[in-house]
Amino acid sequence: MSGSRTWDVVVIGAGMVGAACAHHAAAAGLRVAVVDRGPVACGTTGAGEGNLLVSDKEPGPELDLAMLSLRLWHGLAEELGRDVVEFEAKGGLVVASSPDELLGLKRLMAGQLDCGVGAEEVPAKQLRELEPHLAPGLVGGVLYPPDAQVQPALAAAHLLRGSGALTLFTGTEVTGVDLGADGAVRGVRTARAGTLACGAVVNAAGTWGGHIAELAGSSLPVLPRRGFVLVTEPLPRLVRHKVYAADYVADVASGSAELQSSAVVEGTAAGPVLIGASRERVGFDRTLAVPVLRRLAAQAVALFPVLAGVRTLRAYRGFRPYLPDRLPAIGRDPRVPGLYHACGHEGAGIGLAPATGLILAQLLCGERPELDITAFDPGRFAPHDAREAR
Amino acid sequence: MSRNPLDLVRARPEPGFSFTFDGEPVPALPGQTVAAALWSSGRMSWRTTRDGGRPRGAFCGMGVCFDCLVVLDGRPNVRACLAPAHPGAQVTTQEGDGHAGLGA
Repeated sequence: MSGSRTWDVVVIGAGMVGAACAHHAAAAGLRVAVVDRGPVACGTTGAGEGNLLVSDKEPGPELDLAMLSLRLWHGLAEELGRDVVEFEAKGGLVVASSPDELLGLKRLMAGQLDCGVGAEEVPAKQLRELEPHLAPGLVGGVLYPPDAQVQPALAAAHLLRGSGALTLFTGTEVTGVDLGADGAVRGVRTARAGTLACGAVVNAAGTWGGHIAELAGSSLPVLPRRGFVLVTEPLPRLVRHKVYAADYVADVASGSAELQSSAVVEGTAAGPVLIGASRERVGFDRTLAVPVLRRLAAQAVALFPVLAGVRTLRAYRGFRPYLPDRLPAIGRDPRVPGLYHACGHEGAGIGLAPATGLILAQLLCGERPELDITAFDPGRFAPHDAREAR
Repeated sequence: MSRNPLDLVRARPEPGFSFTFDGEPVPALPGQTVAAALWSSGRMSWRTTRDGGRPRGAFCGMGVCFDCLVVLDGRPNVRACLAPAHPGAQVTTQEGDGHAGLGA
């Protein structure tokens, strides 16, 4: 069909990370195609809450990436229109229900402050000034003014539409990656649009990134980590910040396959309150798990008793792309020249997308990346990790 | 030729009853939804949007679009197209999200 067309780079995946990679690559003057087997934001991007968080990240490479990314998000929001993508710099409030939890929060905050994260301790008696509907009995919390929220599907769609320099192939499944005699990438085979000849491929397939790596003759041990979100009926502004319980930080940092859940509650521009967050490694099982939903609802009501009288309209679920060390894979593939990875951001992909896209574009242009990306090197996994991941 | 659906299916409904919509009586038949009874009484819209105040009534008629919301017996956000009418029901126009009382 379109076998004669060539691109500098083909981005696989039209989620937020793929959109950011395409945006930055196109801005750098590259000819970019984006392919996705479904519509825009049909994977994890369309199944999350759109969190742009620094609060839940320990000092280290992921926090550095998050801080760069948050700065870029503010620019993107201006560019696309804050209202258009429902960008809200609402701030995050982490609350502790025991002195031990508070101690843990303070310890985390101290490290983050050293890294330049904006954060301040909130004594118990001031919690309800920030969030009037919070349950009594909480022992304190930490406010993170930089935390923000965006509507991720809108953001990805506007980012892809906004750049006239890129070509978008939706409903176009990738069936193979062609390599040249030198072993380097030379094209992407698709079910509907023929072969897209290209000099580089960016694997931004999120939770399905392991499959794409395999198609190219490499490997990446990405695993799905399921999460549910409950959506309430539209409400007045009951919840002002992103509010979450201190044990959420531990859940995020855990590698366990078992079900973990902690209350994460936030309002949206449209009115519904979103309630998360559960984590479990159950493969790509999409079954609605009522016990998980019940637990999420109970935890949210414990944090915000006012929600007890409110109904949920629906629940949705998604699969976070999880790598064994919980850091994303950003950079060159160790085995296939011309193949780049930008996936495995677990539950932080929306927040980390702009920095990921910028770094990827810099690599594609042969420039020095903005940040040290050693910790994100896709080559840090041995090939057998990917086999064991399945 | 009659286009009354009751005739078309040779329905013999039980005796009708009435409920109120914003205090006015609305006739209904057993099994009818609130939306169907409101339509039968000539009311095509019974709510306005939260942004812009545009009129809304039954659009999809099958519980998907959430356009036809009413307050039914004090409970907001009830889809009129799914809720069966019952004798003496008090249906009122929903203002905004129907939860103004929860506001901070």
